[in-house]
Amino acid sequence: MTVDYLARRIGMFVAVIFVATSFNFFLPRFTGQDPIATRLELLAAEGVTTRAEDYAALIETYNAKFGLDRPLVLQYLTYLSTAVRFDFGESITKYPTRVSELINQAMPWSIGLLVTSTLLAFVVGTLGGAVLAWQHGPKAAFELILPPFFLLAAVPYYLLGLILIWLLAFQAKLLPLGGGYAPTTLPDWSDFGFLWEVFKHSLLPALSIVLASIGFWALGMRSMMITMQGEDYMLQAEAKGLTKARAFFRYAVRNAVLPQTTALALTLPHVVSGAILVERIFGYPGIGRVLYEAITGFDYFVIQGVVFIIVLAIAFAMLVIDVIYPLLDPRISYSSA
Amino acid sequence: MATTAPTEPLATSSSPTSDTLNQAAGLWRYMKRNPSIIAGFVLLGIIILFWAFGTLMTAPEDAKDLAFAPPNKRPSLQNPHPCYSSENPRELCFAYDNEERQHFLGTDRLGKDILASFSQGIPQTIMIGLIAGSLGTVVGTILAFAAGYYGGILDAAIRFIVDTLQTIPGLLILIIITIAWREVGGGEMTFIQLALIIAMLAWLGPTRVVRSQVLVMKQRSYVEMARLSGMNGPEVILKEMMPNLMPFIVANFVLAVSSAILASIGLEALGLGDFSSNTLGMMIYHNIWYGSLVNGWWWWWSPPIVVIVILFIGLFMLSRGMDEWANPRLRRRF
Repeated sequence: MTVDYLARRIGMFVAVIFVATSFNFFLPRFTGQDPIATRLELLAAEGVTTRAEDYAALIETYNAKFGLDRPLVLQYLTYLSTAVRFDFGESITKYPTRVSELINQAMPWSIGLLVTSTLLAFVVGTLGGAVLAWQHGPKAAFELILPPFFLLAAVPYYLLGLILIWLLAFQAKLLPLGGGYAPTTLPDWSDFGFLWEVFKHSLLPALSIVLASIGFWALGMRSMMITMQGEDYMLQAEAKGLTKARAFFRYAVRNAVLPQTTALALTLPHVVSGAILVERIFGYPGIGRVLYEAITGFDYFVIQGVVFIIVLAIAFAMLVIDVIYPLLDPRISYSSA
Repeated sequence: MATTAPTEPLATSSSPTSDTLNQAAGLWRYMKRNPSIIAGFVLLGIIILFWAFGTLMTAPEDAKDLAFAPPNKRPSLQNPHPCYSSENPRELCFAYDNEERQHFLGTDRLGKDILASFSQGIPQTIMIGLIAGSLGTVVGTILAFAAGYYGGILDAAIRFIVDTLQTIPGLLILIIITIAWREVGGGEMTFIQLALIIAMLAWLGPTRVVRSQVLVMKQRSYVEMARLSGMNGPEVILKEMMPNLMPFIVANFVLAVSSAILASIGLEALGLGDFSSNTLGMMIYHNIWYGSLVNGWWWWWSPPIVVIVILFIGLFMLSRGMDEWANPRLRRRF
């Protein structure tokens, strides 16, 4: 039974990835945009001029170079066969940089910033929401602190980012306005001063994400906890004379945290796509910026590469949750899923 | 809806007017127990009042870009505008009819009266939310009933499409479609078209949540009863299930409107909006583009942020309050 379930689930995983990556191949191509023309326009804007008769030849050469002159079906087959080897070719707008190189450069920035801030918000929000719903807890303090976060959760995080930039960077001049590090320093990951610099630059974007998402986790946890407290086993825990701490952590939180972890596992892969707007507002050198620049320049190969990795990460997370969940929560069996 | 208490005298239902009055009183009694709904309506009311104030105090042409000003009214280096003085720092001195009208909230770098921009932009932004939100809710509900009630291959197909589309970040799909759409329209795109683009993905959420509700409701005895008594599928859905799911769908509609507005502001802030409109997102975009934060033009960037924050918190409170109304189990206070 379990083997059958696993096989079906993995089949689904492969199918989702296949359809999503195909969609991702055709969608930018059906927009009628020409990445080569876009690139030549960029070059012209930089002052590189081309004679009219050379222009057509140039476009032809570029198209041949990137294989864009071949039939769509052949391009599609090449794409599928190279993508499974994580080879996404070369960027059109940033030629001759390889797509994998662009991704490798940007990914650590995004993952470092977003994984840290998401996990921090998850832990703080989940615990806060749990205490808020707990009848015997120190509720008064939390009732004052948490509701403002519920409201913040309704505000788009990039607007929060704008306010933070103004307050902490522009008015108080405590933190830098944006960027991953100061433009005057050379990146040197072994230098403590540079690491401090990177940390200072990541504080504002991280703060805006954390402040805007604590409320989301707290709300989810609170409503789960309220449901839990109506359950018979909570009454039993009390009747058994367990300490309040034990009843709280082992009985209530242990059960209420399960859906929270699912939500976390589904949120984390989105980290790979970066926070496009946060990275844009803070000028942060993460994957969101790479993706945005690729989309506006119709850099097919970069879009394909980044989206393939995002889709892979999300589909994988969904697979892992579905497979692991019955182990975490014995009430759910494989057959019913 | 049994909003009136059982102790209420039944005789009052003699005339239709007292019946309506009774219902209104019952509704009011319920609202008093549900402060979220009241807070939501109050916040949205503040925005409507602000819009009304702006509409009364300004004229539509005040919200126009300086490029649309008559040539003799355009300020230039040789002919600086009278507002150009250090005593009047809140005018960026690009508004062309300053002598005739007072600018309550100042003007922006594009020569627009900020209050006038709001009186145009607030309805535009809300329109985007309503169009995309209602299209998403209607299409999502239909698909959810089709999938949840009839099951089988239809259900599998709809679920597969929803699951697949949800693995690709929505903003990414929207960005690509928007850029393509603009190109088709020769670089022009109205905010209504933006709303239609957002509606293309707005059905995903409603389909998922309504479908799971339909699955639960299908097991209820009254639905089974209806089926056994010979009602066909559409009849069961329309007569038995829809009335009971309506509160839930309405609560989700508010959520759909809110997320559509969120998506529109995101796209506009990235520079993919309708440049001839004055939507809240376009105001954010222009602020980012002209760097009003670092230039200290606080009167330009703060009002749109305040309005957006009030709008989202209002919608959030409303949807929470409606959730409670739709799902009475949440009413239990702890």
